[in-house]
Amino acid sequence: MRFVDEFRDAEKAQALAAQIAALCEPGRQYKFMEVCGGHTHTIYKHGLEDYLPESITLVHGPGCPVCVIPMGRVDDAIFIARQPDVIMTSFGDMMRVPGSNGAFFDANAQDADIRMVYSPLDSLKIARQNPDKRVVFMAIGFETTAPSSAMTVLRAEMEGLENFSIFCNHVTIIPAIKAILDSPDLRLDGFIGPGHVSTVIGCRPYEFIARDYGKPLVCAGFEPLDLLQSIYMLMLQLKEGRSQVENQYSRVVPWDGNLKALQVINQVMELRPYFEWRGLGFISHSALRVRESYAAYDAERQFLVPGVRVADPKACQCGEVLKGVLKPWECKVFGTACTPETPIGTCMVSPEGACAAYYNFGRFTRQRVKEATRA
Amino acid sequence: MTSPSQQYKELSREEQVLQRIEKARARKAKLKEERIVLAHGSGGKATQTLIEAVFLEAFANPMLAPLEDGAVLAAHGGRLAFTCDSYVVSPLFFPGGDIGDLAVNGTVNDLAVSGARPLWLSAGFILEEGFPVADLERIVGSMAAAAERAGVQVVTGDTKVVQRGKADGCYVNTAGVGVIERPLELGVATARPGDAVLVSGPIGEHGITIMLARGELDIESSVASDTAPLNGLVERLLDAAPGVRGLRDATRGGVATICNEVARAAGVAVVIDEEAVPVRPDVRGACELLGIDPLYVACEGRLVAVVDGDQVDAAMDALRSHPLGEGAAVIGRIGDDPPGLVLLKTSFGGTRIVDLLVGDPLPRIC
Repeated sequence: MRFVDEFRDAEKAQALAAQIAALCEPGRQYKFMEVCGGHTHTIYKHGLEDYLPESITLVHGPGCPVCVIPMGRVDDAIFIARQPDVIMTSFGDMMRVPGSNGAFFDANAQDADIRMVYSPLDSLKIARQNPDKRVVFMAIGFETTAPSSAMTVLRAEMEGLENFSIFCNHVTIIPAIKAILDSPDLRLDGFIGPGHVSTVIGCRPYEFIARDYGKPLVCAGFEPLDLLQSIYMLMLQLKEGRSQVENQYSRVVPWDGNLKALQVINQVMELRPYFEWRGLGFISHSALRVRESYAAYDAERQFLVPGVRVADPKACQCGEVLKGVLKPWECKVFGTACTPETPIGTCMVSPEGACAAYYNFGRFTRQRVKEATRA
Repeated sequence: MTSPSQQYKELSREEQVLQRIEKARARKAKLKEERIVLAHGSGGKATQTLIEAVFLEAFANPMLAPLEDGAVLAAHGGRLAFTCDSYVVSPLFFPGGDIGDLAVNGTVNDLAVSGARPLWLSAGFILEEGFPVADLERIVGSMAAAAERAGVQVVTGDTKVVQRGKADGCYVNTAGVGVIERPLELGVATARPGDAVLVSGPIGEHGITIMLARGELDIESSVASDTAPLNGLVERLLDAAPGVRGLRDATRGGVATICNEVARAAGVAVVIDEEAVPVRPDVRGACELLGIDPLYVACEGRLVAVVDGDQVDAAMDALRSHPLGEGAAVIGRIGDDPPGLVLLKTSFGGTRIVDLLVGDPLPRIC
């Protein structure tokens, strides 16, 4: 398939892997964080770690949109969905994220009507078809999906739809990265930058990472060769003693981002003073809410949302996993109490979650898998 | 001699965790939900748990226990295969077929992969008040045509009508009986290292057709359901390669789920070569867009065969000589380690585990 197979060429991968290995200094360990959950997915889906030398470790960061949603927000959403005449709509992988009393799927098995949509615009269709219902879109994601939520609000206003609102849980990537950089128990050599988010915000907002923290960052695409090349670029920076922001994904990511998309976000949404992140706690100015001027489309204002705060389960170490302090399998409940069937922490829910990806795709040591697959 | 606990302590921490996980996986399934959720019908882990925790326990008997696609029954010196299936597809009519031929082919295929010659079917209809008679006639018409194509007769039936809103137009249930004439003991539990895993054609077409036919994705494509009766193909395969160990039709949960069932039932490793798995470009394209793995997408006219390694060529020739098997391919082989797991050699050159899904594959956000 064109535009896909070119980026999955095993021969090119071998060549890149050799170049990466050549840049490794003997005895030195390298730790890179891929910030985005989409990257984690690519790494496991294609078995990318098989190409990396033992001295390079990839740490799976906080960029999986459903993984960072705290339980309280899931409970709030289910509360809204249970109100009379409400239809809630949600992206597919949000459906299984556990709140303190079950996930959306469980709420549906009782009395809620939560429907899966592929785009927020599909929610408008549902709102048009059900004028006697109130339709609420569960808006989640980083700057990648925030523009489409904002656009949907603008479209609803244009059409004069009065029975549509969004429950805004959009988060912003930079404060999360900063929180990780500031956490004392972390040692990273560099970042694989989140390509999708960067199509909106561009590369400029990362410059402080290279300048103030001395860590290189390479904005990366989502095919396996994109990732290998980004790791090569990071290794080259380290070898040459540079710490810069570089753009591997220039075929999609403009350096200054997508100004139109940023304008749309800014028109409809504003920064919250603080927001709770699953496992990372409260981070200031790290999330978006709907502006007062669009209050009619803000589910938080339309419904008396209880705003519950639920502590993460004690056994769950999602936070440490998200910060890269622990590997998924080092969590106490990994794979035994917490599995994809019965996730305790959100990292186990979405296939992009570090734990689910590791459990589904990477559970066996490389050596054993290599032996088993040798023809 | 070191004791098991000493051995455990000597393992690396990662190995210890892996061992704990395998233990947890081997534990008897426990149903945690208090209510049925959609995932219970997806064919993945949740379905398996429901079957093991509720049905298998209540109905326990040796014919049910192997959990094959059909039960094999001893009757007057001969053997019969018996199976049933319910069809709840939406939309009822889709490119390549409708709920009618699906209901006939699905049950014919369950009998065929049990090694039987399908003979007789029942048809039960649950109809919603207000359902157009013209649609019912169309559905029954395609059932009759599918039965004729497969060489079976619908010999008994039932009709119920429920109030408007209590069913999605029309549900169909079919049961089927076939006779097993070959002295074969088919079962995926007999798979052993050195065997090959074959698939009879490109995968994922039915599942993607249904997803696109629902119209929620606004994707235009020429992909059509692969629904077809496999009994002729199975006959030809078994004639040519008596070393077939087990057969499954790759419906709900797709080829990945079948391979997991093989690995689990036989206590072997199944190693799939992604490059060798046939997927049509339009199916692959849709899967890429949705972030879904075609290995988990349903087929309705494809079988997965585990075949003695020495008879692979004969089996492949037989499959390819039949119109429904033209696109057959050897997609993997059976190994011994790690037992119970399915591994995939990716086209990119890496490896990964292919586990059972919990529920239906969910499209990813970004």
